[in-house]
Amino acid sequence: MGMTISQKILAAHAGLPEVKAHDIISVKLDVILGNDISASMAIEELEKVGRPPIKAAEKIVLVPDHFTPNKDVDTAEQCRVLRRFAAKEKIKNYFEVGRVGIEHALLPEAGLVVPGDLIVGGDSHTCTYGALGSFATGVGSTDLAAAMVLGETWMRVPETIRISYQGTLGEWVGGKDFILHTIGKIGTDGALGKTIEFCGPAIWELDVESRLTMANMAVEAGAVNGIMEPDLQVQSFLEGRGQRKGVNWASDPDARFEQEFNIDVSQISPQVALPYSPGNAVPVQEASGIQIDQVFIGSCTNGRLSDLRIAAKILKGRKVAPHIRLLISPATPKIYRQSLEEGLLKIFVEAEGVILPPSCGVCFGGHLGILGKGEVCLSTTNRNFKGRMGHPDSKVYLTSPAVAAASAVRGAIIHPSLLA
Amino acid sequence: MIFRGRVWCLGDNIDTDIIISGKYLSSTNPSFLAEHCLEAIEEGWSKKVSPGDLLVAGKNFGCGSSREHAPLALKAAGISCLIAESFGAIFFRNAINLGLPVIELKGARKKFKEGQRVELGLESGKIRILPAEKTYRFTPLAPIVLKILKAGGLLPYIGKSAHK
Repeated sequence: MGMTISQKILAAHAGLPEVKAHDIISVKLDVILGNDISASMAIEELEKVGRPPIKAAEKIVLVPDHFTPNKDVDTAEQCRVLRRFAAKEKIKNYFEVGRVGIEHALLPEAGLVVPGDLIVGGDSHTCTYGALGSFATGVGSTDLAAAMVLGETWMRVPETIRISYQGTLGEWVGGKDFILHTIGKIGTDGALGKTIEFCGPAIWELDVESRLTMANMAVEAGAVNGIMEPDLQVQSFLEGRGQRKGVNWASDPDARFEQEFNIDVSQISPQVALPYSPGNAVPVQEASGIQIDQVFIGSCTNGRLSDLRIAAKILKGRKVAPHIRLLISPATPKIYRQSLEEGLLKIFVEAEGVILPPSCGVCFGGHLGILGKGEVCLSTTNRNFKGRMGHPDSKVYLTSPAVAAASAVRGAIIHPSLLA
Repeated sequence: MIFRGRVWCLGDNIDTDIIISGKYLSSTNPSFLAEHCLEAIEEGWSKKVSPGDLLVAGKNFGCGSSREHAPLALKAAGISCLIAESFGAIFFRNAINLGLPVIELKGARKKFKEGQRVELGLESGKIRILPAEKTYRFTPLAPIVLKILKAGGLLPYIGKSAHK
């Protein structure tokens, strides 16, 4: 029996010739990621049990990106926990403010994650790295703590759902629309505890950044990981980035998939997910005219350079509607610098948007751009749960950077091609 | 391990943002997190809970963020055991790691009414609605998971094993 790409990566890290769905295996890890929320809790837990020695310091990556630049004294203390730990354990991949970006944009950019890797991260969107052909999954702080100590963890081999994308992309349609449409189709528990393997000609046509956007949201369908076979585009994306080369795996022709779906992307319009679920995806036409107060472009889903370029293309020479607050956060310092050099930030400021530092703060309602009672935000992020970005009675609609930028100008949700 | 208490009922897709909002993640203080647990559904929800009560929910309970603050908040609020039709994958592990039992039961949401008293046996795989009205069976958790739960979580379990 053949194996899927996910099974091959798991088998290689378990030291086994073969694994199958439902096997419980012990696996060695390549990268162990924590942020200021998850890793500070993990470090505190380790202190409670007498600070066992950290065996995997060289695999640990610490990214204080959630409440940074620090929101208040409590969050400053969380970051101090990380900073002290990083110094004590000589963790070279600790990123200080000014160098820190949103973890899931930062790690691929810095070449810290490569094809064939097995990665756990104390953040549910760790699944982003599956776009590079790695097996990457989110864990909580206790699992993170144990992984930091041992350099390994246990996993249950997930079943795989394969989704194949065919057809020609419409104008203003991209990876974000594919994934919102997909979650709308299979549901927020459609891949619960399973792997989603994304494939098909329309995927191979997407650039790597759009693929990262798709894999990022696999968890919103309940998946343990989302994965794509690495191709030549991934190879060229990785060139000159990291020290490690990685291993390219692919699913066998006779691998077993629990379910298979086909999606014709030529039928997909720009998508909007209505509150309070990423599974409430509708074509933008059905959300057209919905009034909004704030627009956010950024996050681990859509804060990369290609996202900002699309937003700038629409915002150039235009101004946001008078009642709209437009917030834009380049996801990493490098993206920030490139946006500056390309003149994108000038376009945003002239459109009367505000540039925020690279941070997760807006997306999870931590700090920056918090919504008041009844307020509505159109956001390029990944979650629109009740109260996600502020008051329990505020609302978040999810969409692409193109729809977000166009809607900021119009002052209500609109298809980008209808913007005068 | 046997749990007896009243049940509190919630619906499908209760996400970890609802269980504990992102704005409270600068704290790991259990009683602070308990105070704000599920407040987006009902302000002061945790005040209604008596220690040992059980929580029943529909499908995909604990979906979303990997924040371990979510099971920590529920446990600190006094919830002794979670019963749902299905659980978010990361939440499921987090709850066990903190010593909070998670039981999958098909059609769970329709089997209980809020306020009913129940008795749940982790090893026996039985849930009884008291007084002895009806019994439901579930697949008992794996032996290693039961050991972790008895120790009070993964880190205490590892600590105990290391000292043997």
